[in-house]
Amino acid sequence: MIFALAGNQNSGKTTLFNQLTGSNQHTGNFPGLTVDMKEGLISGDKDLTIADLPGIYSLRPYSSEEIITRDYILNNDPDAIIDIVDATNIERNLYLTLQLVEMGRPVVLALNMMDEVRAGGGYIDIKTLSEGLGIPVVPIVASKGEGVSELRRILVKTAKNREKPKIYDFCRPGPVHRCIHAVTHVVEDHAQNAGMSPRFAAMNFIEGNSDIIDKLSVDDNEKELIEHSVKEMEDESGLDRNAAIADMRYSFIEELCSRCVKKPAESPDRKRSEKIDSVLLNKYCALPVFALIMIAIFYLTFNVIGAYLSDLMALGIDWLTMLVDRALTSYGLNPVVKSMVIDGVFSGVGSVLSFIPIIVTLFFFLSMLEDTGYMTRIAFVMDRPLRTIGLSGQSIVPLLIGFGCTVPAAMASRTLGSERDRHMAVFLTPFMSCSAKIPIYTLFTAAFFTKRRFLVMACLYFGGIFVGIIYAILAKRLSGEKNASPFVMEMPNYRMPSAKTTYMLMKQKAMDFIRKAFTIIFMASIVIWFLNTFDSRLNVTEDSASSLLGILGSLLAPFFAPIGLGDWRICASLTAGFAAKEAVVSTLQVLMNGQELSSLFTNEAACSMLAFTLLYTPCVAAVAAIKRELGSTAKTIAVVAGQCAIAYVCAGIVYYAARLF
Amino acid sequence: MTLDKLGVGNSGVITSVGGEGALRLRLLDMGLTPRASVTVVKEAPLGDPIQIKIRGYLLSLLISEAKRIEVEAIE
Repeated sequence: MIFALAGNQNSGKTTLFNQLTGSNQHTGNFPGLTVDMKEGLISGDKDLTIADLPGIYSLRPYSSEEIITRDYILNNDPDAIIDIVDATNIERNLYLTLQLVEMGRPVVLALNMMDEVRAGGGYIDIKTLSEGLGIPVVPIVASKGEGVSELRRILVKTAKNREKPKIYDFCRPGPVHRCIHAVTHVVEDHAQNAGMSPRFAAMNFIEGNSDIIDKLSVDDNEKELIEHSVKEMEDESGLDRNAAIADMRYSFIEELCSRCVKKPAESPDRKRSEKIDSVLLNKYCALPVFALIMIAIFYLTFNVIGAYLSDLMALGIDWLTMLVDRALTSYGLNPVVKSMVIDGVFSGVGSVLSFIPIIVTLFFFLSMLEDTGYMTRIAFVMDRPLRTIGLSGQSIVPLLIGFGCTVPAAMASRTLGSERDRHMAVFLTPFMSCSAKIPIYTLFTAAFFTKRRFLVMACLYFGGIFVGIIYAILAKRLSGEKNASPFVMEMPNYRMPSAKTTYMLMKQKAMDFIRKAFTIIFMASIVIWFLNTFDSRLNVTEDSASSLLGILGSLLAPFFAPIGLGDWRICASLTAGFAAKEAVVSTLQVLMNGQELSSLFTNEAACSMLAFTLLYTPCVAAVAAIKRELGSTAKTIAVVAGQCAIAYVCAGIVYYAARLF
Repeated sequence: MTLDKLGVGNSGVITSVGGEGALRLRLLDMGLTPRASVTVVKEAPLGDPIQIKIRGYLLSLLISEAKRIEVEAIE
């Protein structure tokens, strides 16, 4: 059996999905986190599949998320729909419920966050609500797993019996009621032929959703009849069709809630949220507090927690390398194979693995921003400043995620309101220095700027942002377009993310990174070692410069010489960086063969190298994600070429500026 | 008057929702329908966007979007 999980953004949908499937999928407290559809098996039962649909407020198709949800239900015909509803915000959540019920498929309502309703002294009469809507209602607390097994039982029962909703009629007698019934009557046969519920077809006709209308073979006479009914309704009710339908649904919800919901006085969560907001959204504090929080996050990540743990990790890896080296030597392994293990795999993979703590720490903080609900406040506070450079407040989400990884950042851009916003966010995320570049920065700051590590790190991050801003302003000037993307955004209460969710996320990020270290970086390390060990006639060569890699690097070297990066080893490691940014470090490590970095880089060249790696092409995975979001190869190539050109110019500027001092 | 003129801390009842296309549908679907009551809770540090309370939850809107919504102030 297949169940579709639908619900408003921020209603606890992904948390319920995790509870049902036991999977470790990431959840967030930012409206619209689920941008890709995921499927999972209900734990303990291989026959029950659950599809996590994007979080939406309505089925009216005005963005890709609504269309994905509606079409999934229409075309895949799930055995039952689980409609998750935030009980603390029941009126607005039920709006989608009514639309789901109109589709005529079995629906089970999971009434979430009942603990918050009770804590505020509120009460919901489940029986009256269930009778009023004509569908089963199960109260749950998804975060604590309360009521989830009952929900599962009801789901299976509803799906087995194909129990369709008992009520479709949500309108009181009046012009809207008359119109809906007249239209339903006209389209009834056509709807059944197209496999839709007549009520759903009629509502789409009245709302004028052309893609559904086209699927119904309604002739011109019938269309005229429908148009006449709708006009009559508009005249009699004094509202246009869209307002009349929204009003009808909300009127029904208000009446139903007045019978079965005792609203919580002011829930403790809301009170706490308001207190926190009085500081974080204060007219004068908001922007400085945001800046302080971001500085604290980066300081803790790079100078305190992450850095300390990374040093420990590096010590452990060195120790392990030494042990293995000794063991292989005493075993008498062939020196070329031993060289592959120690100089290739261990130094390559090892140098990258030691950065896990920093990356996990950064992701921990980014997920806290998102899961607590602070990210929506950042969007609110930063909207105006961002509009001056042609973005909107919501674009802050992909941009901040970009500091973690460009891949989810590009995907997060999908939730933005307008196409222009989406494209701008995708173009700009590569300027936000991703966590895979941290190993490069750490390596270079440790070698060249020991005393000013944090300052150099800060310069890099702000440098990326600064170049991004210039780019955005130029793009705005060139397109000359007025930015008019909407900013209708829900602001959820602050919530403390559960320890379990946070732990799962950190574990997942660490595992992703380890997987990458042992696949891409592992392969890259071996390839680089191979290219570095053999010459063009595949003989083992003592002199790296005559190796295959040496030849490749030498071809690129003249091009990079003007910006101080003219050594073949640097060019080779930059090339490897296209596979994954960490590979720059692992490649350099292999090529340096134990030498100091300062024998290869002057201080100025180190600055140039940092600037270049900050800005040049995103890695293969990121380029693929960017291509998916832009949907155009030409634009993607433009992004990659643009990044490389900008990196080259900026690195040159940094190089010559550094030489002046 | 329009919603942007209501002022922080004041409440009103929506009389009509203007605008067009996707934006208007979004406003209606989010519960900004005629006869619904609305309170302006906060404005962003630079005065735009604003935060309103509607149907028991918080929603943020641009000033340009709030201008499309006609309200009648209540004391």
